[in-house]
Amino acid sequence: MEAFTTHTGRAVPLRRSNVDTDQIIPAVWLKQVSRTGFEKGLFAAWREDPEFVLNRPEYQGASILVAGPDFGTGSSREHAVWALQQYGFRAVVSARFGDIFRNNATKMGLLPIQLPEDVVEGMQDKIAANPAKEFTIDLEARELRCDEGGVQTFEIDDYTRWRLLEGLDDIGLTLRHSDAIGDYEAKRQPWLPVTA
Amino acid sequence: MGRTLADKVYDAHVVRSAEGEPDVLYIDLHLVHEVTSPQAFDGLRMANRTVRRPDLTIATEDHNVPTTDILAPIADPVSRTQVETLRKNCAEFGVRLHPMGDAGQGIVHVIGPQLGLTQPGMTIVCGDSHTSTHGAFGALAFGIGTSEVEHVLATQTLSQRKPKMMAVTVNGELPYGVTAKDLILAIIARIGTGGGQGHIIEYRGEAIRSLSMEGRMTVCNMSIEAGARAGMIAPDETTFAYLEGRPHAPSGADWEAAKEYWRSLRTDDDAVFDKEVVIDASELTPFVTWGTNPGQGAPLAASVPEPSSFADPTHRAAAERALEYMGLTAGTPLRDVTVDTVFVGSCTNGRIEDLRAAAEVIKGRKVADGVRMLIVPGSMKVKAQAEEEGLNEVFTAAGAEWREAGCSMCLGMNPDQLKPGERSASTSNRNFEGRQGKGGRTHLVSPAVAAATAVTGRLTAPADL
Ligand code: SF4
Repeated sequence: MEAFTTHTGRAVPLRRSNVDTDQIIPAVWLKQVSRTGFEKGLFAAWREDPEFVLNRPEYQGASILVAGPDFGTGSSREHAVWALQQYGFRAVVSARFGDIFRNNATKMGLLPIQLPEDVVEGMQDKIAANPAKEFTIDLEARELRCDEGGVQTFEIDDYTRWRLLEGLDDIGLTLRHSDAIGDYEAKRQPWLPVTA
Repeated sequence: MGRTLADKVYDAHVVRSAEGEPDVLYIDLHLVHEVTSPQAFDGLRMANRTVRRPDLTIATEDHNVPTTDILAPIADPVSRTQVETLRKNCAEFGVRLHPMGDAGQGIVHVIGPQLGLTQPGMTIVCGDSHTSTHGAFGALAFGIGTSEVEHVLATQTLSQRKPKMMAVTVNGELPYGVTAKDLILAIIARIGTGGGQGHIIEYRGEAIRSLSMEGRMTVCNMSIEAGARAGMIAPDETTFAYLEGRPHAPSGADWEAAKEYWRSLRTDDDAVFDKEVVIDASELTPFVTWGTNPGQGAPLAASVPEPSSFADPTHRAAAERALEYMGLTAGTPLRDVTVDTVFVGSCTNGRIEDLRAAAEVIKGRKVADGVRMLIVPGSMKVKAQAEEEGLNEVFTAAGAEWREAGCSMCLGMNPDQLKPGERSASTSNRNFEGRQGKGGRTHLVSPAVAAATAVTGRLTAPADL
């Protein structure tokens, strides 16, 4: 996974609440068996509308999505994170995230930044007024900075932050504890079912 | 301080914990299906890893499978590729698979309980959010993403932090004709789609205790629609009676030992929940959704709400948008809303009791002209049982279509879809925009309401017939 240290880029405001993962990537895209090409399915239904914010020329190349509250609720599909990343987003800002989405995102290196609703709305207003505005995310400092000097701090736990900063793969981390897993297995209840 | 049911199950599965790090949590059962697993197996292959415990892993084909002509090759090339990829992966990594056409095939959350693989006190995961279904047995069961699927395949563990605990206590008795589905829809409308966020919900109280195992599964299934990570119900005699004699349930001395342990799986009297909600079952009536998220629901006897009645501006805007998408006018009685399609099935309501409830209502009646009614059993086992009881004949005599097992119109990944603008009454769990087909409009209902609606062509409670 790609490490996340600092990132500077333009942002795009998505003024909708409750954007569930079905909207982020419709179910038909879940049929893929490869790990690439999901950017084409991102917000597929909405992107048919030429006026949809991602279709507007001023937001091309933006890498930070500033979304309404309850972003990424619904189905557990990780394809939603792949679609956002492959489209070019490195971070999503929202007042609240769906739990599974947030979890998937941090594991894949897409940074979910949770900020109060009024702050998010304020950001959306500023971006709409000036789409060329740049933001810098400094994960080390847990800061989201705006080019004219505004600073927002956000919360992220130390462990997730460390992993993102180092770009560490989860499985490799757990396999360091193979012995402990083996010890646990030796003590499991005898009646527990096996599928074989 | 006492511990909750979820604490007890969680604590018993911690392999390793360290200050400031997530716990390594052991997983007793990993359910796999064709949609969220291909990239996980791909990842294992790329890193030269194996499946640590194929004997704690089981796979089925469900999301994509056609519900007609299941022995012919799948017509949609992409669906076919996913299914074939799963078969190849299971063969390569030694995982037991129930493919299409197999007597054990079915929706992943229907087959686990049916085989007796779902047992109290276990940790169960699957790359599917409705894994919460298995919590009905007092298991800690939750959905995971594809990279976590890969993690469990490789290590049989997950890296987890203990969620917070929430109690939903349902006191009193459900009135006649009010089902588990009405109850959970009412709970979600009450606490909201974010109400359980970050929590495991334990459902408790008299009305929960009186539910059958299948009703409990319906309730736990939709915990995710309330935003929760998982839903759980403490095991009791109802649970044991359901499990006894199933293919993978313990037997003999193991059965007794297991039961003794399972009886300890209940929330201690002095345990404290982070959040509590109390609901009076006796006030509930059949419930349906009018909007595009499962929290946008109301009693069937009510009318489509006025968006301005929502104090919260976000809710108001969401209601406005939902009414526009759903093609509904505020103030219309829900009973006047006409449907084109009725779908009975899914992991929420595709089990035998659900089919019986729908059959009981439709028996001797006819599906209204111009309405299409699809009955899709949750598994081949459920289908066989229903046929043994003659339910298929009840449905076909009424003019409904009797299908093979799968997820079907719950998410419209197979050919069973709504056309743009079409409206359904559906026993599934999600009424999101486009969920059942692009432009499709979904009203979530119980199997009994679904059947009554098929008869009149309008949203209808059985008591209204
Ligand atoms: S029936 Fe619907 S909710 Fe259940 S597993 Fe299948 S697609 Fe998911």
